[in-house]
Amino acid sequence: MHREEAFALWVLRACALFLVVAMASLVAYLGYQASGLFTIDQVSLGEFLTSFRFDPDLNHVGAAVFLLGSLSVTGLALLIGGPLGVAVAIFLSEIAPPALASVLTLTIELLVGIPSVVYGWLGLLVVVPFVRATSLTSGFGFLAAGLVLGVMILPTVVALSLEALRAQPQSLREGSLALGATRWETICHVLLPAARAGLGVAFLLGIARAIGETLAVQMVIGNASVFPHDLFHAAATLPTEIVLDMAGAPPGSLLQHALFAMACVLLGISLLLVLLVRMIARRS
Amino acid sequence: MKTFLEQPPRNGDETVVKVAIEDLNVYYGATHAIKSATLRIPRQRVTSFIGPSGCGKSTFLRALNRMHDLVPGTRVTGRVLLDQTDIYARDIDPVDIRHRVGMVFQRPNPFPKSIYENVIYGAKLQGVHRRSDLERIAETSLRQAALWEEVKDRLQQSALDLSGGQQQRLCIARVLAVAPDVILMDEPASALDPIATSKIEDLISALKAQYTVVIVTHSMQQAARISDETAFFHLGEIVESGHTTEIFTRPKQKKTEDYITGRFG
Repeated sequence: MHREEAFALWVLRACALFLVVAMASLVAYLGYQASGLFTIDQVSLGEFLTSFRFDPDLNHVGAAVFLLGSLSVTGLALLIGGPLGVAVAIFLSEIAPPALASVLTLTIELLVGIPSVVYGWLGLLVVVPFVRATSLTSGFGFLAAGLVLGVMILPTVVALSLEALRAQPQSLREGSLALGATRWETICHVLLPAARAGLGVAFLLGIARAIGETLAVQMVIGNASVFPHDLFHAAATLPTEIVLDMAGAPPGSLLQHALFAMACVLLGISLLLVLLVRMIARRS
Repeated sequence: MKTFLEQPPRNGDETVVKVAIEDLNVYYGATHAIKSATLRIPRQRVTSFIGPSGCGKSTFLRALNRMHDLVPGTRVTGRVLLDQTDIYARDIDPVDIRHRVGMVFQRPNPFPKSIYENVIYGAKLQGVHRRSDLERIAETSLRQAALWEEVKDRLQQSALDLSGGQQQRLCIARVLAVAPDVILMDEPASALDPIATSKIEDLISALKAQYTVVIVTHSMQQAARISDETAFFHLGEIVESGHTTEIFTRPKQKKTEDYITGRFG
C-alpha cells in the first residue's frame, strides 16, 4: 500500500517533469535557432521588428509586414467576432428559452471542434468569391482572412462569454429588475459590467486563437509580403509566412533564422496573452 | 369588532387599503403554491407574513411586484389591486409596477459597483441625470436607510466592501431612491447578525411613516416587534390575518395558535 503510493507519486512527478522539460527544450531550441539571426547574420533586433523590407535573397529580413499583418487580421477578426460573440452569449444566457439555449449551446461547442481546414475551405468557396464580387479584386486578402478568422473565434468568444454571464448570480438580475429596470437595462448596466473580467478573458482567448491560426488564414489571405493599403489586397501574417517558407529555407540560412525569430515573436505574444488572462483572473 | 383586514377599503381614513389581493393563485408548473389567497394590506403600516418554511409566504410576496413574470413556467391568477388598479391587467407594464413596489431580498444583493452608483441606479434609469439631483437623492436615501454617516466619506468605494448589514441597508437605500409606495422585504435580516438585525428593524419601523412595508419573516418575535398587521400562512393558504397583537394574543384559528406557541414549524 505504502509502496504503491510512493510509486504513483514518482510517476506523477515524472510526468510533470517531462512536461516542463519538453516546454523548456522547445523554447530553448526556438531561441537558439532565432539567436543566429542576431549573432551569425548580424541583423539588429530593431531592423527585424520594424523593417518592412522582406527579401532574404538580398539579405533583408524585416518582419514588420508580417507582425503588422498578424495584428491587423487579428484586430479585424476581433472586431467581427467579439461583439457578435458577446451578443450571441447574451441571447443564450438572458433571452433564449432554456430548450433553445441548450440546443444552441451544444451547437457552439461543436463549432469549436471543426478543423481549421474546413473553415479555410469554406472561406475559399464562400468568403473569397463574396469579397471578389463586392470589391472587384481577387478576393484574397485582409478582409477575407478577417471574416474567416472572425467566424473561427466566435465559438471561443461565445463559450467563454456565456460562462461569464451565467456565473452572475440570479440575485443580481432580480435586484435590478425589482428596481424597475427593464431586461435590457439590466443586461447593459448590471450584467455586462459585472461580467467584464470574464468577457475580457473571452476576448483575450479569442485573440490567442486568431493570432496563431495558420492554415485557414493562409488559404484566403493571398500571401504577399507587403503591407496592404486597403482591406482587399493580399497580405501575410507571421504564421502564414513561416509555413510558406519553412520548407524552402536551408538549415542555418538567414531565412531559416528569420523564420525562427518570427516563431519566437508569436510565442512571446501568446505568453503575453496568457499573463494578461492570469492577471484578470487574479484581480477578480 | 371586525378587524381592519375584514373591513372594506375606505378612503380618507388613516387605514386606507394600499394593496388588495383577491383570490390569488400561484402555480409553479403543476405545483399549486398559493391557494386562493385574499388579503388587504393597509397603507403606511408594516404588515408581516409568518409561517413555516415552504408555506408560500415568499411566493405570495413576489406576486405583489410581478417577480414571478421572470420565472418560466410560473402562472398567477386572481387580482392584485395596487391603489385599486390590477397590476396583472393586460395593459400594465410590470416595469412600472416595480417602480412603485420596491423589493429587498433575503441576501443583500448590491451590484458590483460603487456605493454611490448602487444608490442612484434606479433613479438614473427613471431619467434623473443631473449630477446635483442624483447626489441629493443619494444622500437622502442613505440618510433614510441610516447608512449615510457610515459611508459618506467613501461613496466611491465598492459596495462589496461593506459588511452584510451595511449592504442590506444599502439595498434598502437603493429601493428608497426610486421613491416607491410599497416596499416588499423577503426575510431582510435572516442573513444578518443580531446587531445588524436590530438596525434593520428600527429602520423598518421608521419607514412606515412614509411607506407601506410588507415583510416576510421566519421570526415570530420579529413580526411581533415591528408589524402592525400579520398574516399567517400554512401550506399555501392564508390561515388567518389581522392586527398583530390579536394574532399573537387571541388567534382565532387552532392552527395559528399551534404555530405561534411553537407546536409546529
